[in-house]
Amino acid sequence: MSSVPADFPGSTAFPGSTAFPGSTVASRAADLAATDSAVMLEVRDLTVTYAMEHGTVTAVDQVSLDVDSGEFVGIVGESGCGKSTLLFAIAQLLGGPAAITGGSVRFKGRSLVGLTDKQLAAVRWKDLSVVMQSAMNALNPVKSIGSQFKDAMRAHGVRSPQEIAERSAEVLKMVGIDPTHLNSYPHQLSGGMRQRSMIAMAMLFTPDLIIMDEPTSALDVVAQRSLMVQIKELQQQLGFAVIFVTHDMSLVSHFSDRLMVMYAGQVAELGRTRDVFDDPLHPYSRGLLEAFPSIRGPKIRLTGIPGSPPDLSLEYHGCRFAPRCPRVMERCQTTPPELYRVDGRLVRCLLHEHGRDSAGIDSAGIDSAANDTAESETKAETDQDVRSEP
Amino acid sequence: MTEQAAASPGPVTADTAEPLLRTDALSKHFKIGNTLSRRTLHAVDDVSLTIGERQIVALAGESGSGKSTIARLLARIYKPTSGEIYFLGKPLSRMHSRPDRLKYASEAPMVFQDPFASINPVFRISHGVLRALKLHRPELSEQERYAEARRVFEVVGLVPADQALQRYPHELSGGQRQRVGFAQALAMRPRLIIADEPVSMLDVSIRIGLLNLMAQLRDEQGVSILYITHDIASARYVADRLIVMYAGQIAEAGPVEEVLANPRHPYTQLLVSAVPDPRAQPHVGAETDRGEPPKVIDPTPGCRFRWRCPLAIDICQTVTPELTQLAPDHDAACHVAQSGAEVRAFS
Repeated sequence: MSSVPADFPGSTAFPGSTAFPGSTVASRAADLAATDSAVMLEVRDLTVTYAMEHGTVTAVDQVSLDVDSGEFVGIVGESGCGKSTLLFAIAQLLGGPAAITGGSVRFKGRSLVGLTDKQLAAVRWKDLSVVMQSAMNALNPVKSIGSQFKDAMRAHGVRSPQEIAERSAEVLKMVGIDPTHLNSYPHQLSGGMRQRSMIAMAMLFTPDLIIMDEPTSALDVVAQRSLMVQIKELQQQLGFAVIFVTHDMSLVSHFSDRLMVMYAGQVAELGRTRDVFDDPLHPYSRGLLEAFPSIRGPKIRLTGIPGSPPDLSLEYHGCRFAPRCPRVMERCQTTPPELYRVDGRLVRCLLHEHGRDSAGIDSAGIDSAANDTAESETKAETDQDVRSEP
Repeated sequence: MTEQAAASPGPVTADTAEPLLRTDALSKHFKIGNTLSRRTLHAVDDVSLTIGERQIVALAGESGSGKSTIARLLARIYKPTSGEIYFLGKPLSRMHSRPDRLKYASEAPMVFQDPFASINPVFRISHGVLRALKLHRPELSEQERYAEARRVFEVVGLVPADQALQRYPHELSGGQRQRVGFAQALAMRPRLIIADEPVSMLDVSIRIGLLNLMAQLRDEQGVSILYITHDIASARYVADRLIVMYAGQIAEAGPVEEVLANPRHPYTQLLVSAVPDPRAQPHVGAETDRGEPPKVIDPTPGCRFRWRCPLAIDICQTVTPELTQLAPDHDAACHVAQSGAEVRAFS
């Protein structure tokens, strides 16, 4: 919490993660996610707020996510859904008007929120590395690939030139680039090779977690597919976990173990990738999935999702997806849905409030539904409080 | 009269043998390097393509394949190094007078990739449309111009049009801005819209809406569209014909379903195999290909795909394959396919 400036508007509304409304939902998320004790990254009720001229914008709203070691988690959503902000918040890379205003990020049992730069520097590259969207901007244009690798290694105390050279060549070979390119400058490499060398750099210390922010979006399909296959192979071989953020849902379909669909800063659906693809529960997930024309099979007319991506500076009284939802009900306009647990998945949609699509109500379902309504009312009030501040 | 304009998308030319647009051995080379190391980048080499009336032609290929250069050649932003573009049978190189150039610009307008950069942010949305109308259709009065702007906004689905016209660009989402781009093009009563990656900057959830709009413009307004894209699945969704480019040359061309169901060029097969398809079962393939871009600086004769092609034979090293018809209306530039052998490079 120390990263929140004292005068940050709205910061008083979030005194700490324990006081969070809806924390029972989070603990249910924990039940689901923490199937074994191998949880490496534990994100709880993470909330990120941007201080804007006209008040605040909550870009990430109480997101909880657990990542096990060796797991591949995909995060998908449209631009502005908060997926990149979430990732930056996890990696403690937020700056400027954005700040974590609630929740916690625990990595290997240690809280990352509030660590000093020096403490973070020890973690970065070594235990956790980030591959940015645009390798062109992430690599230093006036230094060779090799000297950038050297910088990262020396920062973590590797001094021996021989060791540095050996390891640099090794990781470059892992991503299928000839080690002679250690002497190349970024502009001498193709877009695909630049992204590969970024991934090589991320693997210098074989970290436990690599966070990737749309690493393939600048590449064309052939290079994209080849890179995805390679990431997956390396991940299986070396056992690191991956959080992969993308706007292209079809890209992760064959690669991720679990999938989180984000909408308007919140988790819309979270479950095993195959389940989400085979049978999306949230109308938004379904819409995203049906927005892709297929290259094979019969030609079907698609409709996409009507309307525009959500504007987070607006105030939402009900479900944030309601204005675009094909299955919208009257209650959706007034009742903000909580995350409901359905068939081992979490979904934020009133359709599934009492279990799957209102069918098969059991007593536990009714209990939790009652709690949820109470929670959501408090939450709505809190939201209004936060947003009404200047 | 504006209503009539909406109903009749322009008469079909008397000379039906001549397609709407045809290029003949079109090439564009760029000089790079300094005086000591002068080299030539062959962005587009020897491209002959045709676009018919009421047709969406998809031009697909990876970055650097020359597809955007073709768009710029057709929009007369670049001058071809050699070759010729014929619009309704008339060569563009002989269109010199200002009225001729303006007429072509209004008949073949361009829609750009980035809807955030292609609209002037300090003016209302109506500004661009009305200005274009004033320039290209001077016969309209001020009221008629406004009525026409309203009509095209309604056609592209920006309703209520009166309100939409008064908005500023920052008030619109990316998808809405791209619709403004199409509305501006449509206001000039075009025959052909050159759309350079019109949906690649948009969110997946709204891409389909734009693709449906393109199909609607073809079906209801009778406009042809050159749809430039790297997304071959969206090409299949919306286009009638598909032209696959590789390293500045056409690799394969034909009706979109035919080309995708039965790709003859190894590169087309690679492209098709690389498309992520969540509905398909995971399969292994194309892993050996890294997607490295081709060498188009001072290329030597020979097939430009030969370094990546698992089927390359001796002749591929020395002779550039010509685009040859292999099936009715289905052409490919591949020695192996032309020899009659079955091509199964990537699947």
